[in-house]
Formats: sequence, structure tokens, C-alpha cells
Amino acid sequence: MVSLNDYVGLQPTWCPGCGNYSILTALKKALVDLDIPPHRLVIVSGIGQAGKLPHFMKCNTFNSLHGRAIPVATGIKIANHELNVIAVGGDGDGYGEGGNHWMHAMRRNHDITYMVHNNQIYALTRGQASPTSDKGFITNTTPEGAAYPLFPLSIAIACDATFVARGFAGDIDHLSKLIKLALQHKGFSFIDILQPCVTFNHVNTYDWYKKRIYKLDEDPDYDALNKSMAIIKAHEWGERIPIGVIYKSQRDTFEDSLKALKQSTLVEQKLELSKINKLINAAL
Amino acid sequence: MDLNILIGGEAGQGLQTIGVILAHAFTRMGFHVFADQDYESRIRGGHNFFRIRVKDSRALAASEKLDILLALNKESLLLHYKELGLNGVAIVDSIRDPELSSRYKILYMPMEEISLRVTGNKQAKNSAALGALAGLTRIDISIFIRLIKEHFLKEELIDQNIQTLKEGYNFIIDQKEFVDLAIESLPVKSERMLINGNESIAMGALASGCKFLSAYPMTPTTPIIEYISSHSEEFRTVVIQPEDEIAAIHMAIGASYAGVRSMTVTSGGGFSLMVEGLGLAGMTETPVVIVLGQRPGPAIGLPTRTEQGDLLFCIHASHGEFPRAVLAPSSAEDAFWLTIKAFNLADKYQIPVIILSDHYLATSYFTVDKFDLSSVYIDRGLPLIEDELSNPADYKRHRITGSGISPRALPSYSKALVITDADEHDEEGHLTEDARTRTAMVEKRMKKSSSIRKDIALPLIYGPRTARVTLIGWGSTFGPLYEAINILNKQGMSINLLHFNELWPFPSQAVNRLIADVESLFAVESNATGQFASLFEAQTNKKIKGAILKYDGRPFTAQYIINALQRESL
Repeated sequence: MVSLNDYVGLQPTWCPGCGNYSILTALKKALVDLDIPPHRLVIVSGIGQAGKLPHFMKCNTFNSLHGRAIPVATGIKIANHELNVIAVGGDGDGYGEGGNHWMHAMRRNHDITYMVHNNQIYALTRGQASPTSDKGFITNTTPEGAAYPLFPLSIAIACDATFVARGFAGDIDHLSKLIKLALQHKGFSFIDILQPCVTFNHVNTYDWYKKRIYKLDEDPDYDALNKSMAIIKAHEWGERIPIGVIYKSQRDTFEDSLKALKQSTLVEQKLELSKINKLINAAL
Repeated sequence: MDLNILIGGEAGQGLQTIGVILAHAFTRMGFHVFADQDYESRIRGGHNFFRIRVKDSRALAASEKLDILLALNKESLLLHYKELGLNGVAIVDSIRDPELSSRYKILYMPMEEISLRVTGNKQAKNSAALGALAGLTRIDISIFIRLIKEHFLKEELIDQNIQTLKEGYNFIIDQKEFVDLAIESLPVKSERMLINGNESIAMGALASGCKFLSAYPMTPTTPIIEYISSHSEEFRTVVIQPEDEIAAIHMAIGASYAGVRSMTVTSGGGFSLMVEGLGLAGMTETPVVIVLGQRPGPAIGLPTRTEQGDLLFCIHASHGEFPRAVLAPSSAEDAFWLTIKAFNLADKYQIPVIILSDHYLATSYFTVDKFDLSSVYIDRGLPLIEDELSNPADYKRHRITGSGISPRALPSYSKALVITDADEHDEEGHLTEDARTRTAMVEKRMKKSSSIRKDIALPLIYGPRTARVTLIGWGSTFGPLYEAINILNKQGMSINLLHFNELWPFPSQAVNRLIADVESLFAVESNATGQFASLFEAQTNKKIKGAILKYDGRPFTAQYIINALQRESL
């Protein structure tokens, strides 16, 4: 049995009170609940405060470049589809620098989980606007206020991501359940996590969120399989902000469609040099 | 024997199909064939040609003089008739031009009409043209019949094309003004392949056990993706076409981290996008092979032309310092073996390796002796030692060792955790800003350079061991240089060739020893600034006297090099 002790890593260097601590706790809890041992898991992260997360736990880790966690993670998943693969990054990392990879990975439906720590700010570079900063949000690089924000959940649904959820760093149990569902989902599972930044974002605070957040799980009429309903909820922002599983659907994963993976993982396959003779003979 | 054929026409007329069938026919007859292609960046129209050289000794480059010009449209006749030699002949479809007819041997042949008469449509007219070429050279048409059977899949098409081929053959044989360019088959010593640079690299990758190719289509390397895709099921290889070249290299790095031999292919523009991934492979010490098929830049440049303009770029690409290897194949045969070497170097040293090809090498066909697979050697690098497997908790992915190479574990193969980071990291792989660790890690990575250098082969000296003039070449220009050296030495000039196909890390000391007595050096390369010349001067203690540079997007020929040397009064 896997225990929380198996996942104890380096001491985090985040600011006291940072939402990342709760995300780390929720993730470890989900992994322990699902009995996934550290050596069967790879966490691929990008660059930003969120990108440091795998160092503060203990598992196979590929801390990659800003915006590039998803392509690295998909390469790993295809090479060894028996691994549990999680990609982690922030809003600048995933929705700005890596936005193109994110959209196409959802379209292709790779069987990985992608967690975005969305604090609506660039924190590692000390407080500039991000793609999800609210309109008018003042920072050092946006003295006249940030431009209109991007709605990540709407984009995910538009790209037919097969699992789209939103969590809140202020509710560890709820977030941990979402992460568990995401890990159990076969296909691309995407969680946008609202993560208050206590140092650089003094607008979207814990209190700000707590006043607005409500749980879709508690609404018996909400059907996450209904795409039109999901699109409306994905775009809801301001007075009320929904969290929970927003949208779910099912289709073949990218890895399912690969004939090369039918018999074994790619990494286990051996070179059969004699087959080259056929290619040589075809060129004679 | 030296027979040169050019097939000219517009895009969409099937030049490549006739050309490849013809080149295969000569190869099967025991000849050495070299064929190159010239085409525009368009799908229909324009002017394209496929040029075939047939020799009874090694053929590695095109000739500027033609014996047969098959013009599938009038433009091709007008553009190329001047290249015809004394006994040269042009074959054209019924376009009469009295002025040209009086000056050149022109055979008018109603190819479309023959096709229409035999098959009821014009589609088979290229087979009539093939029949004409077979007739002119008196090649046994059974060779073509076999090739048509191998080329076409539908019975109906096979019959139609064979009938049209025979009609085309008979038409030429019946001509009163028949030009006899008859050639005799050679006794075939060993079976030879007809293969281009792209196919050779693709075959080399499969022979290396490459199981993962992520690549975004770009001329001239797209055919590598198509070749490997067409064999992916049989070789259980994954080919993925991602959203861009940035994803392509990062996916390859991910797959390699998980233990699979991985590759990406592109051209200069795509490589520009990949550069940050190159640095990631360097920092995380993840093996990856990148095929860079050069074409003239900057920006889009000339998409379907050739150049050697990305040499210094790929040697220096990325911020920061880390070891890499750059190999530049000199022929299709070399491309196969260097691809295998690229995968071995990548694994052995845990580095990115660049195969520097170009449009000319990628798309030119060569006859090559069957690859001897018993010579294929696979080196997957330093495996995890027993001790580390039995104490997985102590495993450190970036352990500092005497060689700078850390034993590589694969995620989930044992309980050893594989941790790596784009940030500077400690031995375990965790990010650090500690100054001593940083220094130790830079030294660990750079230490690999001197070992890689020892694995880099020396350049080839072709021609007399010592000569008054030495030409320096690299990569795909070998063919024209080889021919120029042969011609000039026959003419009594004292000249030889120093040719590099393994470029980086540059084996400075060994090269200095090799060229200690070289007198007068001239660089020959396809770029405007003499990139290899400046690299060579920086890395050796010799100066280069002059350079023959070509940057019009077209390949060198031996004649071009000889003319340029004459202008230099050598």
C-alpha cells in the first residue's frame, strides 16, 4: 500500500499561504487513495511556481521548459502507456506559452492528466498579467489594465477534451476528489485550479473566491454530459463561479488508436533488424 | 560510358515516376546511376526536371551535358536543348519547331496520341516516353515491363502501360532518322539498390531501432516521415505529426526520456523553432536525433532548392553551452551509416545529435551496394549498474562520474526514480542554484565533448596523398568534388580533396596532424559566407586561400568547380 510518506519530497519554497500547498496536498492524497506508487508515475512540469511542484513530492519527474510540459508528457505516454502521466503548469505556462500544445493534446485525446494552477498572474517573474487576468487588472506591465481574459474551460470544451473540471485550492477535499476522477478518466483530463496568489494578486483572494464559488456536484439538475449546458457553465465568471466536473465525454484515446502499442508498450519492443532486408530488397 | 538523360516537363506530369523507373532499370542492368531533381514549390505547372546519369563506374553527381532530352512540353525543349552534346537527341511530343529542328536532332513522337490509341486515354503517355527511351538505348524492354508491374497496383493499369510502352519502343525503332545510343548491360557483380538520401536516413533510423518519430511536414525531409509511416505497423514504430516543430522535438525528448529511441526531422525553418528543445535535451541529457534537411534561407527562402547555409547555426543553436554532435552525410550510402552512428552517439553520450542533410542529398538517387546488416552496431549507452538497481533509493539520474556520463535508468523499470530538470539541477535531478553544484554540472556535461570528439571520424582524403592544391568540402558536395578531382588529375593537375562528413565536435588535433603538409587550401561549399571555411580556420592551424561558393539554390557540378578553379588561375 502506498502511503503519504512515499511522496515526501523537498521542502517547498513557495510563499507562506500560497494556494500551491493545497494543490500539492490534494494531489498526494489522490495518488495515495488510488494506490499509485511513485515509480509508476511521471510528473512533467513547465516553468513557473507551479512547475516546481514535482520537486516537492517524490516521483519520476521531468521539469521541462515554459509551455512545453504537454508535448514532453505525451511523448512519455506514447513511449510507455502503462505509466501514469500528469502534466502540471501555471496559467501563463499552459494558456499563454503552451496554448497551442494544450489545444491539440485535447483534440488528440492523449490519456494524460493536465493540471493548471491558475492564479491569474505571473508570480515567478513577480507579478505581471497572465492570459486569465481579469479585464482591467493593473500590474507593472499593464498599467492601463489587462486585456480581456481567456476562458480555459470553454476552450477545452470547444476542443472536445473528454474530461474538463475546475477545482479550488481553498477546498482540498473537493480538489483531491477531482484529481482522482481525472486520473481515473481514460483520455485527456483537464483541471483548471483556481489558486490564490497571496503575494501578487490582491484581487482574486481566498475570500474573493469563497464568496463566488459554488459546487456543480451539489446541483442535481446539472449534467456534465450535456455539452450546451457545459459551455454555459464554462463561461460563467464574476458573481458566481462554478467548480467541479464541467464536462465529460468518451472517445478513443490517441494511444488506443496506435497499432504499434497493441501488443506491448513501445519501450518494450525489440529491434528486429532482419526486417530491414525487406526494405533493402524493395530498393533493388 | 557516361550517358546523361534529362526528363523535363511541368509539375503533375509524372516526371519522377518515369525518372525513378528509368533509374531503376539502369541500376538493374548493372550500371551506376545518379539522379537529381529540380522542381518548383507548386503542385501543377511550372518547369521541373529529373536528370539521370548512367556510368559504368561510380556516378555521384550530375553532368551539365546531355545525351537525351525527353521534353514533355515545349518549354523543356527550349530551356534544355543547349545542354545537348554532339550526338545528343531530343524527344518531344509532336511540337514542331523548324528552327530548332535544323540545328538539333529532334525526334517528334506523338506520345499522347499513342497513349490515346492504345488505352483510350492520355494517362499512359509517360509509358510511351519510357518505351522511346528504352528504344533509343536498346534496353531490353522486359526490364521495364517488370518495373511497371512492380510500380502499378491495378491489373488494368499495368496492361495499359505495358502496351503503351511497347508501342513507344516500336515507334522509335521504326524511325528512319533513328539515333543509336545503344548500351550493353554490364555483368552484374552484386545487387545494388537505388536509393535517395531521405530513404537512406529513414532506413537507417529503422535499422537503429528508432521507434518514435514526431515531425511536422517540411520540404525536403517530409518523405522521411512518409517512408517511416508507411512501414510503421510492420516495425511497430509510432509516427506522430504534431501541431508544430516545437511540439515535435519535445515529444521526441519525452519518448526518449521514457526509453525509446526517438527522432524528429525538419528543415532550417522548423529547426529554428526547435532550438529551445535542443537546449532542453542538452540540459536534461536526453538523447535525441534531429534530421535537418537544409534549403536556402533565411525565412522561407527557396523551399525546393538546396544550400549548406545552416552549418554554423546548428553547431551554435541554443542559449547556453552543452555538447552535441553534427554529422553531414556525403552520399545516400553514407546517410544510412551516419544515421546509425547518430543514434549511437545520442545514447552513448546522452546528447542531441543533428544529421545535417540538404535538399540535394535528400532528393537525389544513388546506386548503392546492398547495406551489409551484419555491420549494424547498436550502442544504447551506459546501462544502470546492478548496485543501483538493488539500491533504487540511491539512484541519481545526473550522478557525477569520471566520464561525465551518468548511468541511465528508465521510469518504472525499477523503483529508481528518474528525475531531471531544465533548471540547473543537482545529481538527483532537483533544481538548485548552488554555485558549486552549477560549476560541477557544467563541467560534467562539457566533459563529454572530448570523448565525443574521439568518436568523430577523420575527414577523407581523396586523390593523391599530397597535392599542390587541396579542395575542402563537407556533406553532400562530395559527389561533384569527387568527379572534379578525377577529371583534373587526369588532366595533369596536382589536386586532392579533404572531405568532412562528421563535423562536430571538430577533431582539431587529429585534423592538424592529417593536414600538416597541405599546401594550398580552397573551400567549396553551397553558401555565401564560407561557413565551413571559417569553422576550419578557427579549429585548425591552417588558413584557407580562397573559396568557391554557390548560393543560387542549385547543386554543384564537377564542371562548375573546374570552371571556378580556372577563374582562380589554378
